[in-house]
Amino acid sequence: MTETAYIYDAIRTPRSKGKADGSLHEVKPIRLVTTLLNEMQARHDLDTSRVDDVMLGCVAPVMEQGSVLPKIALQMAGWDVSVPGAQVNRFCASGLDTFNTAAAKVASGWEDVVCAGGYESMSRIPMGADGGPMAEDPETALKTGFVPQGIGADLIATMEGWSRDDVDAFAVSSQKKAAHARDSGWFDRSVVPVRDDNGLAILERDDFIKPDTDMQKLGALKASFAAHGAMGFDAVALARYPEVERIDHVHTPGNSSGIVDGASLILLGNEQAGKDLGLEPRGRVVSIALTATDPTIMLLGPGPASRKALAKAGLTIDDIDLVEINEAFASVALRLQRDLDVPDEKLNVVGGAIAMGHPLGATGGCLVSTMLDELERRRLKRALICMCVGGGMGIASIIERV
Amino acid sequence: MTDFIYEMDAGGIVTVTMDMQGQSANTMNKRFEPGMREILSRLEAEEKLTGVVFASAKKTFFAGGDLNDILATETAGQETFDFIEDNKAVYRRLEKLAVPVVAAINGAALGGGYELCLACNHRVAVDDPKAVVGLPEVTLGLLPGAGGVVRLTALLGLEKALPHLLEGKPVKPQAALAAGMVDAVVARREDLLPAARAWILENPSASVQPWDRKGFRHPGGHVTDPRVRQVIVASSAMLFSKTRGLLPAPEKILDIAVNSMRTSFDAALRQESRGIVSLMVTPQCKAAISTFFFGMQAIKAGKVRPQGEHWKAGKAAVLGAGMMGSGIAWAHARAGLPTALKDTDQARADKGKAYSDTLADKAIRRGRMDQDGKERLLSLIDPVAENAAIAGADIIIEAVFEDIDLKEKVIPETFAMLSETGIYGSNTSTLPISILAEACPDPSRFIGLHFFSPVDKMKVVEIIMGEKTSRETLRKAYDYVQQIGYMPIVVNDSRGFFTSRVFGTFMDEGMALLLDGMKPAAIERAAWLAGMPVGPLAVHDEVSLVLSQKVRKTHAALDARLGVDSGFGAHNTASVAVTEAMIEQGRGGRHYGGGFYDYASDGSKTLWPGLAQFARGNGVVPVKDAIDRILYRQAIETLRCLHEGVLNTEVEANLGGIFAIGFPAHTGGAIEFIRRTGIDRFAARARELADLYGDRFAVDPAALKSLRIEVTQAA
Repeated sequence: MTETAYIYDAIRTPRSKGKADGSLHEVKPIRLVTTLLNEMQARHDLDTSRVDDVMLGCVAPVMEQGSVLPKIALQMAGWDVSVPGAQVNRFCASGLDTFNTAAAKVASGWEDVVCAGGYESMSRIPMGADGGPMAEDPETALKTGFVPQGIGADLIATMEGWSRDDVDAFAVSSQKKAAHARDSGWFDRSVVPVRDDNGLAILERDDFIKPDTDMQKLGALKASFAAHGAMGFDAVALARYPEVERIDHVHTPGNSSGIVDGASLILLGNEQAGKDLGLEPRGRVVSIALTATDPTIMLLGPGPASRKALAKAGLTIDDIDLVEINEAFASVALRLQRDLDVPDEKLNVVGGAIAMGHPLGATGGCLVSTMLDELERRRLKRALICMCVGGGMGIASIIERV
Repeated sequence: MTDFIYEMDAGGIVTVTMDMQGQSANTMNKRFEPGMREILSRLEAEEKLTGVVFASAKKTFFAGGDLNDILATETAGQETFDFIEDNKAVYRRLEKLAVPVVAAINGAALGGGYELCLACNHRVAVDDPKAVVGLPEVTLGLLPGAGGVVRLTALLGLEKALPHLLEGKPVKPQAALAAGMVDAVVARREDLLPAARAWILENPSASVQPWDRKGFRHPGGHVTDPRVRQVIVASSAMLFSKTRGLLPAPEKILDIAVNSMRTSFDAALRQESRGIVSLMVTPQCKAAISTFFFGMQAIKAGKVRPQGEHWKAGKAAVLGAGMMGSGIAWAHARAGLPTALKDTDQARADKGKAYSDTLADKAIRRGRMDQDGKERLLSLIDPVAENAAIAGADIIIEAVFEDIDLKEKVIPETFAMLSETGIYGSNTSTLPISILAEACPDPSRFIGLHFFSPVDKMKVVEIIMGEKTSRETLRKAYDYVQQIGYMPIVVNDSRGFFTSRVFGTFMDEGMALLLDGMKPAAIERAAWLAGMPVGPLAVHDEVSLVLSQKVRKTHAALDARLGVDSGFGAHNTASVAVTEAMIEQGRGGRHYGGGFYDYASDGSKTLWPGLAQFARGNGVVPVKDAIDRILYRQAIETLRCLHEGVLNTEVEANLGGIFAIGFPAHTGGAIEFIRRTGIDRFAARARELADLYGDRFAVDPAALKSLRIEVTQAA
């Protein structure tokens, strides 16, 4: 590597229910992004003309989220006219992928300052709004064995022998940790309130977290994918996992990631650019990795991706202080924990997407900001961030506090 | 004489009456497209034309494509594509005529015939149950390639069109009207043409198809409509759960139907042509046409039936009112054959009749029977307890307990009750007919009639010739089986006949896989992926392991009695190892409270964890091998039956296997499976399996040689 990729800052909007009654539903997707662009500029008195690129993830980049929204948002936020923008889609990894790519650009020495992050207003543009052959072209779906992700999550739980109680217990813990972290103000440095034109707050803090979650409440929820399974998707999955007698459908809205609205933004750059701009680095990117696994079960990518990132960095899991696995589904987190043998106290220490929600394209950026905050607060060194991704892909990033 | 009769009336309406010369039905033969082109040129040039009616001079409207041509098509080339495109081009020209065009559907309009109707602006059908419409191409491994996929999707919308396209069932006029597949139904045949002409007079400008109008949107929602998108996503999985990825035709149809909504109409039609060309050369299509069309036709036409006048049983008797006897009585009554159902006491006989009562109620609930029909049906079953009550029966079928001593007692006692020309059948599934015949006063009138359980659903009968059974008895038995609407499969006497022998290898191979250490769930899944209706372990539980053991003992006892070694089940070594141990551990099958599965009170079942004890091997049988083992065991045993002369024809081997024991239909049957795999490739793979897994996969080269000779003769 020619340069060290430093992380100068990482911020995010609060997350709120991604339905018509969510607090951020009234906010345009572009406004979620300009809120963060404005904050980033103001916080550091940033000379935006030094920014080489702004890449933001979005998984359903259509309609009001489409047409390379990031570039248009830059104009709306008044960033220098020389700053280019791109919208990036790698399913749920979109946000973390922009982070990894930004790190790679900086490390290569070909760009000096790059922004990453993402946005997703799931209340306005629902998941899947962009269509695509994976599920909607019968020839493709039949040949590749497409099933909804939840079937894969349930299949993982079945194969590992995790019961409904096991996955629910994980969800309760996520809610408790997230509520405690929010109420203790641990998110305050990174979470930027979303305001109207009058400066009135629309939403200041995460409001999706349900602190009063318990096993009884979760136990009352209906399995989300049992009907899909019965319709034929179980048969598709089991054709590829013949040794499984039947899929136990354990995932519900309570132990899966929440559908929310939100955005994230990260500022990366090399050492010289930081000095020029008067920025203090908060962390550096140690290694990045992408991989792909069986697309039908779809959610087994985090383990192999993490191992790839560790190997690239010459580290083992023992060298990692905190592990953040995106809580797409409880079984995904449990499986990653088992794959890498992560002790409970290192895993998702402030809760995750089950509690706070998973604003698809934005989530990777949210995870980076969470980990930076926690490394600083706990005075720890390294964090591993990983996610399961559509199509069976996996992504990982290792960061280090400086 | 001409194929198309062209008549114009004073008002400028031309009626084109299709009357393809030299055949009983109108088909899309080689003369069709040139003929249609000529007609269209004439119509297009007609100055005073106000409308067109398409009618038929035959009993049916139009029967569709020529399957002989399709069977003969070996390569998916440009020539085939052009042929398909030319055929559909005339339909496109027809719907582009500047005047309204009406199809007057006087009889069955299936396949290409219904596609012609779809290219008309209006469809009127006569209210006759025989005037069915539909697109059955999928059942022959094909797709409707003359615009059927694209037009039906445009006419009904995706969700409503898919069941018709994917299942291909014929639809009766009233149901077709309700579904929108026809636009009007008239009471009498002679009302058809007046109704067609009246519609033209009332709608003189209705010449543009909905899909050719500006701003056309598919009914039920455009392809981007969230609801339609949900249908699309679910459809692939729903289809897979039924076809298991074994049938290319429905997959192609679904793909073309969905994508037809995303392109221009003409581009969609071209996609459809490419699709049918690719399907025509698939082994699944060839197998379906050979077996389900030509093979079925051969059996229906009685190709293996001895020559002679047709016989009809006027009165029947069934001995033994157990599950099989009661089922046979139901089958008789359903076909209008009066039947005395006899058991040792009246209560048992009554209980046997009550079974038909239950089945009739079920049929009523499904709308397949009415109360009158039920009364009529039940009145045909006479539950009796005395031999005298069955006197004068044209056919007696003994379905008493599977016990040789009992049968040898019952047969002579009851034979005397037969009418003078009557025949006597035994519904044994294991006991040699020639041995039972020895108990019969006239063995020439004694024959095996092996029904399958449940009789009401399994519409096939294995007819077993004893050594002394006469050809006349066979002819009568054949006619009787067809009389009750079942498929006759004629075999010669052998231990296990044909079906039980082959079925035994299926169950045995399941247990062999268990011994090799394959996970029980994977064994069942491999059978599912192979196309078997039920896994070998599940089905064995239904049959019961106790029965399997009993059959083995019966044959051993027979061997002892006759002083021979019949070699029955000699290859089924896994069966002995596993069933004996299972039974010792109280796992006799579902009826005995559990077998390979545990059964819960809510009707669900799970594989018994105790099966792990049988795993001797290393457990690494690839699924591909397991699938082949399941198919090859059965195919090899079927081939043996054919070679040994137990089976007489390949057609019976194929259809018998599919209908009686569930050999995967997509293969076209066990022998067709060997042929479509390629005899050499099959032999090589069998050798491989024999090397890996044992001698039971060894194939007698002479048996394969006779298959090769058959091909040469056929060619």
